[in-house]
Amino acid sequence: MAIEVRIPTILRTHTGGNKTVEGSGDTLAALIDDLDGKHSGLKNRLVTEEGKLHRFVNVYVNDEDVRFTGALDTQVKDGDSVTILPAVAGGC
Amino acid sequence: MLRINRATYDAIVAHAREDHPDEACGVVAGPEGTDRPERVVPMLNAARSPTFYEFDTADLLKLYRDLDDRDEWPVVVYHSHTATEAYPSRTDIGYASGPAADPRTHYVLVSTRHHGSQTGLAGDEVEFRSYRIVDGEVSEEDVEILETHLFGHSPTTVVYD
Repeated sequence: MAIEVRIPTILRTHTGGNKTVEGSGDTLAALIDDLDGKHSGLKNRLVTEEGKLHRFVNVYVNDEDVRFTGALDTQVKDGDSVTILPAVAGGC
Repeated sequence: MLRINRATYDAIVAHAREDHPDEACGVVAGPEGTDRPERVVPMLNAARSPTFYEFDTADLLKLYRDLDDRDEWPVVVYHSHTATEAYPSRTDIGYASGPAADPRTHYVLVSTRHHGSQTGLAGDEVEFRSYRIVDGEVSEEDVEILETHLFGHSPTTVVYD
């Protein structure tokens, strides 16, 4: 078993057009490193130079937004489902 | 160029009027990979603010799961400005240029700063404009409104420049 990761349309250029990919790791950070090994460039899109999750990206582990569960330190395990989405917001 | 049905256009404008003076927001879904905005999905502005809008994080996940089940994607992301012109703000551009935001999205801005209570009344000047936003660059595009209830009728094109 692995962790299933849903990829937003624009980032599928890194996954050969695949909507979902599989990865492994104990934390979200480790999972992203693992994914980046197979789908080069993905990490750069999700994690800033300061090593933080990009603020315009939402990541969920199952139904939980990782902003509330420790961001990149969020624990993940086999069978989890991770979803990456663009944050939608703005202002005048 | 954004091509949009009259009914869809009207639904977006009605939502903007209804939530005024707070900003209204939502998407128009269409078959994934196409440029056809077909199904209006009004979203709650979690910020409930006249100067900011935000899809609630749980609502966003639910929305995308639903779109995925239907093989749809958001062709249009719309929101209103209630005191300023229908032009993307710096914050709008920031989010729309985010690394997971699809540059094929049409960003519709509606301004209700001079709106009446309903379409067609004297003095009603709801602005409806559409943009592409790619890597911080904004380009306005024409909006073609398709009068779907009148077969054979030529479409009305609204061009703002």
